[in-house]
Amino acid sequence: MDWSVLLQTAPSGGMTYLGWLGSGTMWTLLVSLFAWVIAFSLGSILGILRTTPLPIARAIATGYVELFRNIPLLVQMFLWYFVVPEVIPKAWGDYLKTQFPNLVELPFAQFSMLEFTAAVLCLGLYTASRVAEQVRAGIESLPRGQTNAGLAMGFTLPQVYRFVLLPMAYRIIVPPMTSEFLTIFKNSSTALTIGVLELTAQSRQISEYTFKTFEAFTAATLIYIVITMSVILAMRWLEGRVSVPGYIAKAGAH
Amino acid sequence: MEGDFDWAVIWKSRQILWDGFLVSLQLFGIALAGGIVFGTLLALARLSSWRVLAWPATGFVNLIRSIPFIMAIFWFYFLTPMVMKKLTGQQGEAVGPFMSAVVAFIMVESAYYSEIIRAGIQSIPRGQPHAALALGMTYWQAMGQVVLPQAFRNMLPIMLTQAIILFQDTSLVYVVGLKDFLGAASKQGQITGRLVELYVFVAFAFFIICFLASQLVKRLQRRIAVR
Amino acid sequence: MPMIDIQQVSKWYGTFQVLKECTAQVEKGEVVVICGPSGSGKSTLIKCVNALEPFEKGRVFVDGIAVHDRKTDLPKLRSRIGMVFQNFELFPHMRVAENLAIGQVKVLGRSREEAMERGVRYLERVGLAAHRDKYPGQLSGGQQQRVAIARALSMDPVAMLFDEPTSALDPEMINEVLDVMVELAREGMTMMCVTHEMGFARTVAHRVVFMDQGQIVEDCTKDEFFGQPRSERAQQFLSKILHH
Repeated sequence: MDWSVLLQTAPSGGMTYLGWLGSGTMWTLLVSLFAWVIAFSLGSILGILRTTPLPIARAIATGYVELFRNIPLLVQMFLWYFVVPEVIPKAWGDYLKTQFPNLVELPFAQFSMLEFTAAVLCLGLYTASRVAEQVRAGIESLPRGQTNAGLAMGFTLPQVYRFVLLPMAYRIIVPPMTSEFLTIFKNSSTALTIGVLELTAQSRQISEYTFKTFEAFTAATLIYIVITMSVILAMRWLEGRVSVPGYIAKAGAH
Repeated sequence: MEGDFDWAVIWKSRQILWDGFLVSLQLFGIALAGGIVFGTLLALARLSSWRVLAWPATGFVNLIRSIPFIMAIFWFYFLTPMVMKKLTGQQGEAVGPFMSAVVAFIMVESAYYSEIIRAGIQSIPRGQPHAALALGMTYWQAMGQVVLPQAFRNMLPIMLTQAIILFQDTSLVYVVGLKDFLGAASKQGQITGRLVELYVFVAFAFFIICFLASQLVKRLQRRIAVR
Repeated sequence: MPMIDIQQVSKWYGTFQVLKECTAQVEKGEVVVICGPSGSGKSTLIKCVNALEPFEKGRVFVDGIAVHDRKTDLPKLRSRIGMVFQNFELFPHMRVAENLAIGQVKVLGRSREEAMERGVRYLERVGLAAHRDKYPGQLSGGQQQRVAIARALSMDPVAMLFDEPTSALDPEMINEVLDVMVELAREGMTMMCVTHEMGFARTVAHRVVFMDQGQIVEDCTKDEFFGQPRSERAQQFLSKILHH
């Protein structure tokens, strides 16, 4: 095994192979974090909508969840990258294919804004459907009496959500939400199929150039493990910070 | 929607798409069976009191679950031919992409299934295996006759849901160039220039299959809950 | 005009009729106890009073305001009726003082200082001022229920509804809650209580309403009810529970 290969200069980018790994890690983190922002905000809204008494809101949210849950992530990635630019109005499609990619020069990347945006949107909207389910399960696990107590006091339904239901629901779902957060880091690797050179892609590239497959893959694996453990530790700290004294969590989400 | 779409290309490519679909199904079936069998063994290993079994099993499961599926596919795609060569001792005997993909999927699925099965086993009250052992059954008899049947029945809906996820995950073999359903559509799309129509078709097909399957699982869950 | 006026209220769950033409009044300052076997609809009926349960037929008025009217501002109405639940339903993520203050601030528009000050006063009334900074999970069941009563009182309601307030309590804690309720009654609060505690009924109730299978079978004064109720069903019920 020859670990020093990582310190050799790579054929492009003006850096070592270790630098390639670094850029791959950076793009994994960027894609995942941007996608998580979309997933968490949109997913929360959808999850809450699914619990409201309005049938239309519930139907829309349910439809969204079913659509995004039953198509593989990879297929969705292809839809965003290959299909969307073709089915939107021609002027927009042309813009996406010609000018959008050059909007911003992405650092340490051999791909453009188009690939990055497609990956972030795809991953974000897909994960939103999963977050929606977790939020819904969290709200539904609270006893009906809590809603009643809030209403009986004179809260409007939005106030009940804001002061009674959501504060507890979000505390309850920290563990399953941790799992979703980790999953988004892992799913970010799917973006390599549309050209985003994230960590997994870089490890394969390195193995192709140096034939030191074992070293390249192991390095990437170690980085993923570090990411995973960091997220778990951070979420555990968060869980401790927001825990309610004396409350035994009745986490219903799976 | 602009541009002309030739939806007939789907019908014209039906043989190739169908062949790809069969490959996906094969991969799914083998990975499901292998995943459940190995997942059960892994779960038992994790729960056993022999540390020499429990620790490697736990380590393996946690490792697989920390890395992307695609990364795991790359790993096993790389390792499987090497290991097979060492095991069979035959030089130049290449293990095909399908075999490597199968091994990769079984390994990954077994890690995820082992978690489900472990939870299922732990949800059975301790009294059950104790009663079985008290009757004189061996460990394997107690597991096979008493604990596992109950665990599987409890976990059936979750295992079916995981199977639907596995079916979707088979599309990931695209990254090693296997001609599965998605791979076939992709190849055809590039040849005919009709990527849009074919990818939409693939998405639609997956949606119908997975949606119907998940509805069936929901119905099954309701039936079980009533009892 | 009665404080609580229930007129011919009927309610269905699908095809099952859970309330059948229920009629009852509670005058200002009166204490009415509703009792009956499980499934008789008493909890459902009391939840119709503040519209936590909708009903298909009939009318309900609280302090002259129509509960069944679609145009009624329900949150405003509910803020004037206090309700105490079987499972206490304190908000677990807020300290006791906050539980008492939140309704006053967000619904009644009082300032935080005023809300806190009033809340603590009501806490003193139920004997729990020392626990103001604790979380509900750190209190016993009896303490939580007393806080819940204080929380309802801090909204200065015109009437109080109690839905089996002691049913979820361990026996040794029932009395501390009943004592608070008795004192409340003696101070002239209009109260409607669903309860099994016949001792409480005997002490402070003015009238007793007996329900069975969704119908009000008996509605008479306390003395009449415990002396000689007219219906056979009520007699059976009494004989069974008074053997403790």
